[in-house]
Amino acid sequence: MTMREKIEEAAARYPDQRSAIMPALLIAQEEHGHLPGPVLEEVADILGVERIWVYELATFYTLFHTEPVGMFHLQLCDNVSCMLCGSEELLNHLETVLGIRKGDTTPDGLFTLSTVECLGACEMAPVMQVGDDYHAHLDVARINALLDSLRATAGAASVEHAPARLPGE
Amino acid sequence: MFEPVLLKNVDVADGHLVSTYEAGGGYQALAKALREYTPDEVIDLVKRSNLRGRGGAGFPTGMKWGFVPKRTGKPTYLCCNADEGEPGTFKDRIIMERDPHQLIEGLAVSAYAIGAETAYVYIRGEYVTAIRRLQQAIAEAQAKGYLGKRVLGSDFNFAIHIHCGAGAYICGEETAMLESLEGKRAQPRLKPPFPAVAGLYASPTVINNVETLACVPHIIMRGWDWFRGIGPEKSPGPKLYCLSGQVRKPGLYELPMGIPLRELVENHAGGALPGRKIKAVIPGGVSAPVIPEHGLEVRMDFDSLAAAGSMLGSAGVIVIDDSTCMVKVATRIIEFFHHESCGKCTPCREGLNWVVKVLRRIEAGEGAAGDLEQLDMLCKGIFGNTFCALGDGAAMGLRAALAHFRTEFVAHIEERSCPFTEEPRRDKTARKYG
Repeated sequence: MTMREKIEEAAARYPDQRSAIMPALLIAQEEHGHLPGPVLEEVADILGVERIWVYELATFYTLFHTEPVGMFHLQLCDNVSCMLCGSEELLNHLETVLGIRKGDTTPDGLFTLSTVECLGACEMAPVMQVGDDYHAHLDVARINALLDSLRATAGAASVEHAPARLPGE
Repeated sequence: MFEPVLLKNVDVADGHLVSTYEAGGGYQALAKALREYTPDEVIDLVKRSNLRGRGGAGFPTGMKWGFVPKRTGKPTYLCCNADEGEPGTFKDRIIMERDPHQLIEGLAVSAYAIGAETAYVYIRGEYVTAIRRLQQAIAEAQAKGYLGKRVLGSDFNFAIHIHCGAGAYICGEETAMLESLEGKRAQPRLKPPFPAVAGLYASPTVINNVETLACVPHIIMRGWDWFRGIGPEKSPGPKLYCLSGQVRKPGLYELPMGIPLRELVENHAGGALPGRKIKAVIPGGVSAPVIPEHGLEVRMDFDSLAAAGSMLGSAGVIVIDDSTCMVKVATRIIEFFHHESCGKCTPCREGLNWVVKVLRRIEAGEGAAGDLEQLDMLCKGIFGNTFCALGDGAAMGLRAALAHFRTEFVAHIEERSCPFTEEPRRDKTARKYG
């Protein structure tokens, strides 16, 4: 399905098109990776709603990104339960090994590092969300293994998507 | 001997599938409600059970349902609050991931009672697994005739839609959730009118928490008197307690309402970590005022905790041991509320910003004489002066920390450092939250 078809399908769940803005933004972000101005305007046009309504939501809710993020968005929870279980040390470690500060993206575009409010997985603290997945009971060794695994995934993806070369090229 | 019912399926293989749920007696409550009871009789059963909402406020569920006006000419909506943003809380995620049909059956019975044909489950966007499981379960229930037109051959039509949140704690406040569902910034509404009269799209609306709805099928099957026979008279029923922090066995525990906090932490969750002592416990998510160790005899129910100066809230129990700086904990909690303030009310928006600055200064060893009095004054200015309870929760939490652990705050100011920092302090300017 195209993005427009997905948004129209989501909008059918509501009696008012304005309610469909959040679902539409989630669909658009999945499609584009983030939500630059032209995408927000396209969402507004598909739904037939005021553009300012779309901008209002895209800048209010923390899961929407109007700026690009890395291939892997590392979202470390540092709320109380995770903090009590060592998330502060994990953040220091991540900043050191990635060579970036919280909020930044590595120069190769692979990792964006953020801290987030409670992920609702306090029984498994400390926890970090990467994409759709939660990574639990983290320590330095597990963080290192995770980063290695993500780098390998990125490497495989870049090989998979490399342009085909003809023999002798 | 207490028999868990809400968590009965969560550790069962394939507990999220309709076949597993049916094998354990699932959807029989829906069939029974449709076959044997009128909607008003279901409301009456829930009223008699004295089920109180498990989302935080503890309002009687049957009474809330009874407020819904009939024959308004508008549709009635049921909204499930699955936003679960209260730090320390994860109970609803477990139900949705591992036993989603329990929630779907609760939604169906509840919708039948209040006359709703449409429900929206407002679920936080981070809960990807729960969202997928719930979507799958809705499709299964639809295929089995538990949802859709003429549910189980009755005249009851019912559809459930999932609405994903996008990262805003304030959406857990019921009127902010309605604003968000209507496609606006999640900012709380002035009440009255209450949602039961003018809620989603200005129609009659009931908003219930996941755990509250999950209790409903059990009340139908086992009777209101069974439910009321568990725990204290004014806060009855089974309860999910979320244990986290510095405790040996963190996890989700189903036990009766009214269990002593000490028994919950020390017997069920294994007590403090090796070599440590419990210093304090937050009993109901970070909105709930902290309780020092000597207060752990308090019972975990709405009224007992309120009498002890705290609250049951979401029953997100966070255990803090004697290695931890309470100024740091208080600072982190207020940073959370500051970050999540929707910005509608000045006392909350500006006051929490001010409080955070003072707390960070104290924790960094740069506190000054008069800082604690200033914090007392700021709490007074925030509490009771906002549309919703977010500001109240922050002010109550800080007041409790200042009352029970004032010596730690004073020590930070007088010693010009954090007594709990063993290593030389890092550059604090590089470690700012929010």
